This record gives sequence, structure tokens and C-alpha cells, in this order.
Amino acid sequence: MDLNDDPQQAEFRTQVRSWLNEHKAEAPIVMGEGQIEDEHERIEAWRGWQRKLADAGLCGVTWPEEYGGQGKGPIEQVIVNQELSRAQVPGPLDFIGLGMMGPAIIVHGTDEQKRRYLGPMLHGDEVCCQLFSEPAAGSDLAGVTTRAVEQEDGSFKISGQKVWTTNAQFSAFGVLLARTDADVPKHKGLTMFIVPMDAPGITVRGLRQISGEAEFNEVFLDEVHVPADTVLGQVGGGWSTALTVLMFERLSIGTSSIGYSAERFAAGVLSAPGAAEDPEVRQRLGHVGTEMIASRFAGHRLLSDLAGGKLPGPEFGLGKVTIVKSAIEAGDLLADVLGPDALDTGSEWGYIISFLPGLKSAGGTEEILRNTIGERVLGLPPEPRSDKGVPFSELKAREKEEVA
Amino acid sequence: MDLSLTDEQEFLREAARGALKRVDTVAAAREALEDETKRPDLWKTIVEAGWTGLLTSEDGGGAGLGLYDAMLVAQECGRVLAPVPLVSTLPAATVLDAAGDEASAAVASGELRVAWLPAAPPTDQEPRWTTDPKGGILRATLPTATVDGSTATLSGAVHWVLDAAQAEALLVTAEGPDGPIAVLVDASASGVTVEGLWRYDATRPLGHVTLDGAQGRVVAADELALRRAWHVAQGLLAAEAVGTVDALLPVAIAYAKERHTFGRAIGSYQALKHQLVEVLRLLENAKSLLIYAAWAHENAPDELSLATAAARSGAEHALDVATRVQISVHGGIGATWEHDAPLFFRRAQLQRRLLGGAGGATDRVAGELLGGVVPA
Ligand SMILES: Cc1cc2nc3c(=O)[nH]c(=O)nc-3n(C[C@H](O)[C@H](O)[C@H](O)COP(=O)(O)OP(=O)(O)OC[C@H]3O[C@@H](n4cnc5c(N)ncnc54)[C@H](O)[C@@H]3O)c2cc1C
Repeated sequence: MDLNDDPQQAEFRTQVRSWLNEHKAEAPIVMGEGQIEDEHERIEAWRGWQRKLADAGLCGVTWPEEYGGQGKGPIEQVIVNQELSRAQVPGPLDFIGLGMMGPAIIVHGTDEQKRRYLGPMLHGDEVCCQLFSEPAAGSDLAGVTTRAVEQEDGSFKISGQKVWTTNAQFSAFGVLLARTDADVPKHKGLTMFIVPMDAPGITVRGLRQISGEAEFNEVFLDEVHVPADTVLGQVGGGWSTALTVLMFERLSIGTSSIGYSAERFAAGVLSAPGAAEDPEVRQRLGHVGTEMIASRFAGHRLLSDLAGGKLPGPEFGLGKVTIVKSAIEAGDLLADVLGPDALDTGSEWGYIISFLPGLKSAGGTEEILRNTIGERVLGLPPEPRSDKGVPFSELKAREKEEVA
Repeated sequence: MDLSLTDEQEFLREAARGALKRVDTVAAAREALEDETKRPDLWKTIVEAGWTGLLTSEDGGGAGLGLYDAMLVAQECGRVLAPVPLVSTLPAATVLDAAGDEASAAVASGELRVAWLPAAPPTDQEPRWTTDPKGGILRATLPTATVDGSTATLSGAVHWVLDAAQAEALLVTAEGPDGPIAVLVDASASGVTVEGLWRYDATRPLGHVTLDGAQGRVVAADELALRRAWHVAQGLLAAEAVGTVDALLPVAIAYAKERHTFGRAIGSYQALKHQLVEVLRLLENAKSLLIYAAWAHENAPDELSLATAAARSGAEHALDVATRVQISVHGGIGATWEHDAPLFFRRAQLQRRLLGGAGGATDRVAGELLGGVVPA
């Protein structure tokens, strides 16, 4: 049992750590207590931080060198994440682009697309958002109704509505899932596009979350005209591109250190007089702490698997369930011992308390994760479905009838 | 970073599985509920397999293996509810080994069968060393010792001692003149009374030990060794629980695929599917915590208390949930002796109350975190 890095990884870690030691004073405070108040200022400061990280080789760790990446493996990415969290500095502004969209472009993009998008994405010059979810398609993502209609010259006109789009308010591009054919079963008629967010016909409207902040948005598309070379992957092959994105989403959620640790919550409990001696508080803290320590060591197990050449499967989602669940319980405990002040936006705990209930849904809801793991890991039979093999247009007509 | 099993560990695990196959221990667990003489005595098995000396150094006459190795064996025992006295023997062996005691080799080789009397080190809230009470929630005091040269005279009682009535010698942690000391006492010495007990789970023989002026030999172990014995015991109990849960889950899954209601396999219903995934989640967490405990044992002594307490807390929670889910997935039959589920439930219910209890381990996790211990 060896928890240590091999010599090469150790050297990489030392490099990362010493760079962060030297530069961490330059990192902006982007969430929680002491965060930069003005949103625009905050984003620009964060963007500048991403640029520094990128110049130091701490962004796009796994991306090929020819597109500005470091050409390293997932272990090095995890090492960077661990060191960022250890230094208590933010990661890159564009975690969605770097974690999911860029990697999907590397897999499915043309050479021209890779040259065009990856470099600016890496340095924070162009942020990329994920235009997947819609008002009527979240868990059931293949049910998107945003239509992309092919024009005679091969270009497309896209109309519809996206929602919960994180970072859309300052994104340069969005990777968008649209329906190009409604007369085939729903997974078949989909196509993925890379859409410039300043194209005529796009309107972005902020949606306020529990915390009062608007980190995500609704995005309306009205006859947005995009050329043929914005198709990512194959026309009609959008579902396979989407699955790639979701795979990277899993990897990126599982390997990121959310930054909530048992010792941080323990320090919060200690700051409430009498709480540390209360048997019930101690039981709750002990359970939460146990789960958080378990996820830390689950992370070590993941690294060991990655080192052995194993890629993370769906069981990986369990890590997300544990992290989110334990942080929600810890936030609840802190509000109990500290009182209403803990709920304030300005408090150290306000952000966690308000943000985490939504995180339970983001990147696949807990119920969907449990379905997937139950079926793909435990091998339990799926539930019966009524949408298999049915043309999408027919399915929608049926749904309407049912509701009526 | 390499957490995969070495060839030697794979071999140890396979060997343990093989050794435990010779007796149908799960069937025996059921029979012994009605007739305690039906409980197989696996002492010979564990001596032959060399498990009594797993954690004893080579100099002390043992195999000098790590805690994770012992946990691999403990997991195999937990899988089949084997009544193997690991949790009573190994902590005693580590104390004797740490002290370089003359009895170390005999205990490691299994020549001398010893039971360790559980003694919990202080926490941030409980300044004394304590033992489990016979009942109620107040911790009990250690037996006291007066010392004359290498001889100690003991009085007091220790309750719910694993394998007490089967042992030839008892390793007692007692309150000495200057703090806790270890004393090795012959189980048949005058002033020693061991009341053998069977409770709820027939695979765990227990005993109440009363010491009334009993004399024994002082073992030159320092307080650190006594603390480590407690933590090792917590880690081993956690490993047994992990093995038990690991064995339960596939049985539940198989039934959930084969049993049909309303024209569907019951495993397709989310109400059951999500519960089974919860068992998997808790099991995987508990496995991660075993790694932490074993790693701390060899590499981070300051974290051993936190790591083993977290392992115990996580594993016992997994065991509690898994044994209950096992019963509910199986419907009516799961609540009857027609099925094995009640045997596993009994195991969970009893062990969650032994050696400081699952709640005690959770409390210790909180105490260590509040005291500023930062996990690796
Ligand atoms: C903070 C945050 C950030 C997000 N960022 C983005 C983003 O950048 N881009 C983007 O595209 N999307 C984003 N999302 C959207 C997210 O992916 C969706 O919210 C999620 O997939 C759930 O979809 P939904 O909201 O439509 O809920 P629904 O799918 O309608 O689900 C509603 C409820 O029904 C349950 N449910 C649905 N189907 C099943 C089933 N088969 N079995 C059991 N239960 C079921 C769900 O678990 C949930 O509890 C974000 C969400 C959040 C909260």
C-alpha cells in the first residue's frame, strides 16, 4: 500500500506546489467570505487568474501539447486539483470548458475546430458554456426540442430555449445539443453545435439561485444562423458527442476537490461555544467527518486505479453523492450551532448552505446517478420505458395527449 | 500511488478464504443459536494458518505483517460470520510484541491462547481510560492494580470481553499507580472469575471478567502500545464488518433480479434499486476508510485514532444499513430463520454495541477533528 507519488509525479507535484506558493497571493477571492463584490470585476479577476494558471501549465493538463496543453495523464490533472485545493485558491474560471467542452472538442472536433477554439479557451480569453438542458429536457436530455434546420447551403438555423446554463452571461461560445430530425427515435435525430454567444438571435437572461446570485441563465435562440463548420461530430451523431461530454463531466466532478473538508467544518463547530461538548453535535460531526475522510481516500483509490490504467466508470458518481450529501449535512449542522448568522451570504457557510441543494441536481441528479449505478454497476434490471424506438415527433404527441 | 493488493496479499486472502471453507460457518451460526455446543471451534484453524502472529514482529515470533494484511483476513472472517478470535487475540499480541515480552512468541504461535480485555483510551471529553459498562451509557473504570516488582494485584471488572471464557490467559489494561499498565493474568488464577456468555449473535462468545485480588505479571508496555491495541481492535472490527457487507450485497442483488412482482423483477423498482446503491456507496466508503486506517497504522501514528475510529464508524453504519436492506429486499422470508438474513442482522446488532460501540467510534472521530487532527 503506497500512498506516495512515484518519482515523476512527486517532481510534478513539487513544481506545481512551488509555483502556487509563489503566486497564491495573486489569486482573487471568488466565492464565499470576502469575495469580490462586483460581478464583472470578479469575473475579470478570475479570468486573469486562469491566464496565469494556463501560462504556468496548470490548465489543460491532459490536453495535447499541439493545442497548448501539457500532454499529461489524468493523474497529473488530479495532482493539480489537489494542490489548488491545498493552496486554497480557485481553479480556472472556465471549469466547464476546460473540464468537459474542450476535451469533447479534442475527441470529436475537426483539426480546424481544435485550432480555433482550444487555445483561447485554455487561457480564459474565450469561455465556453454547456447548452444542453432545456425546460423540458434535463435528466431526459435526449428529449431536447431546440431545432436546428439545415439550409440549402449546408448552414443551420437554430431556434429554441436552453436553461440552467452556467457561465452563459460571460461565455464566448456554447456547445449546444439540438434536434435535426424529429422523425426518428429521440437519441438518433440529434446534432451538436459550437455556437458563438454573440450571434444575432441569442438572448441570455440571468436566473437567480437560492443564494441570490445568478451564476446560471436561460438562453433563448431565435433563428440563430450558424455555418456548417460549427457542427461538432456528425450530423445526427449528437448523442454520441453528448455522451463524451457527460463522461468528461463525471471525470471532472470526480477528480475535482470541492474544497470542503472535515477539519474545516470541525473548526466551524469549535467556533460555537458549547457545541464541541454536545453529544448530538459530536455524532453529527463524526458522521459527516467520516464520510468526508472516506471521499478523500476514495480519491486516493481513484488515483491508484488511474495509475493502473483503469478509467473511471459510472461507480464514480458515488463519490459525488457522498461529497454533496456530507457537505449538505455539515452546512445544516453549522447553521444549527451558529444560528441564523451562518445563513448570510457574507458568512463563511452561506454559500455552501445555499449552493449545495442545487449541486445535488447539477451534472446528473442523485436519483439518476442511483439509477445508472444500479443498472450498470450492480446489474439490476432497468425500469420499463415507453420511449424506446418511437419516433420523437410521435412521442411528443403522445405526451401532450397524456397531460390533456 | 498504488493501493492494489500485492501478490502476497492476494495469496493471504485466498488462503484465508480456503481455510474458512472447511466448515459451513454460516450454518453453524444458526445451529449455535439453539445449541451453543454446535459452534465450531476455529482456534486450530487460525493457529495453523498463522493468524495469531500476523501483527507480531518477526523478532517477537510473528509474521511481521501490516494492519491491512490482518484486515484482509478479518474481512474473510466477516464474510462467513466465522467465529475466529482475531479481535481478542491480535491486540493482545501487539501489546506483548511492543513490550518485547517473553510471552510474545507463545501468543504469536498460538501456543498460549490469550484474550485482550478492551480498554478505551481517553478522548477530549473523557479524561480517563474506560471500559464498556455492563449496561447503561456511563463508561466504566478500568480495574485497578497495585504493583510489587513485576507482580500486579488486580481488582475490578471488565464486561463484554470477546472470547474471554475460551482463553488461557487474559491481557488486562489496569489503572496502575502512575497510569495505565498491562498485566498478563492466568485465566485460572485465583481471584479470576470469567462468566462465559452467548448473546444474540452466537458467533461471538463473550464474557464478564471479575478480578478480585488476582495476581498477574506486569508487561513492560508503554501507554502508546495500549492505545494502539484499542485502535487495532477498532480497525479489525471494521474490517470484519466490511467483509460481512461485501458478502451480503451480491445475495440481495441476485434476489432482486430473480424475484418478480407485478410482472417485473423487483430490482427494477427504484425504491429497492436506490437502497442497494446506498449499500454499495457505504461499502465503498468503508473500504476507503480501511485503507486510511491501515496506512495510518504504519505511517501516521498521530492519525491512527482518527483513522481507525472513522473506519469503525463507517463500517458499522454500512453494516447496519446493509443488514436491514437485506431483510427488506427479501420480504417476509428475510425476517425468518428460513433465510440467512437474520444471522447477519444479529451480527450487526451485537457488534455495534461492543468495544465502545459504533456511537463511541463516531464520537471519537468528532473529538479528533475538534482536537485539530487533519486527515492525510
Ligand atoms: C447548479 C446547476 C448548474 C447547472 N449547469 C448546467 C449547465 O451549465 N448546462 C446545462 O446544460 N445544464 C446545467 N444544469 C442542469 C442540470 O443538468 C439539470 O438540472 C439536471 O440534469 C436535472 O434536469 P431537470 O432540472 O430538468 O430536472 P428533471 O429531469 O425534470 O428532474 C426532476 C426530478 O425528477 C427526478 N427524475 C427524473 N427522471 C427520473 C428517473 N428516471 N428516475 C427517478 N427520478 C427521476 C430527478 O431526479 C429530479 O429529482 C445545471 C443545474 C444546476 C442545479
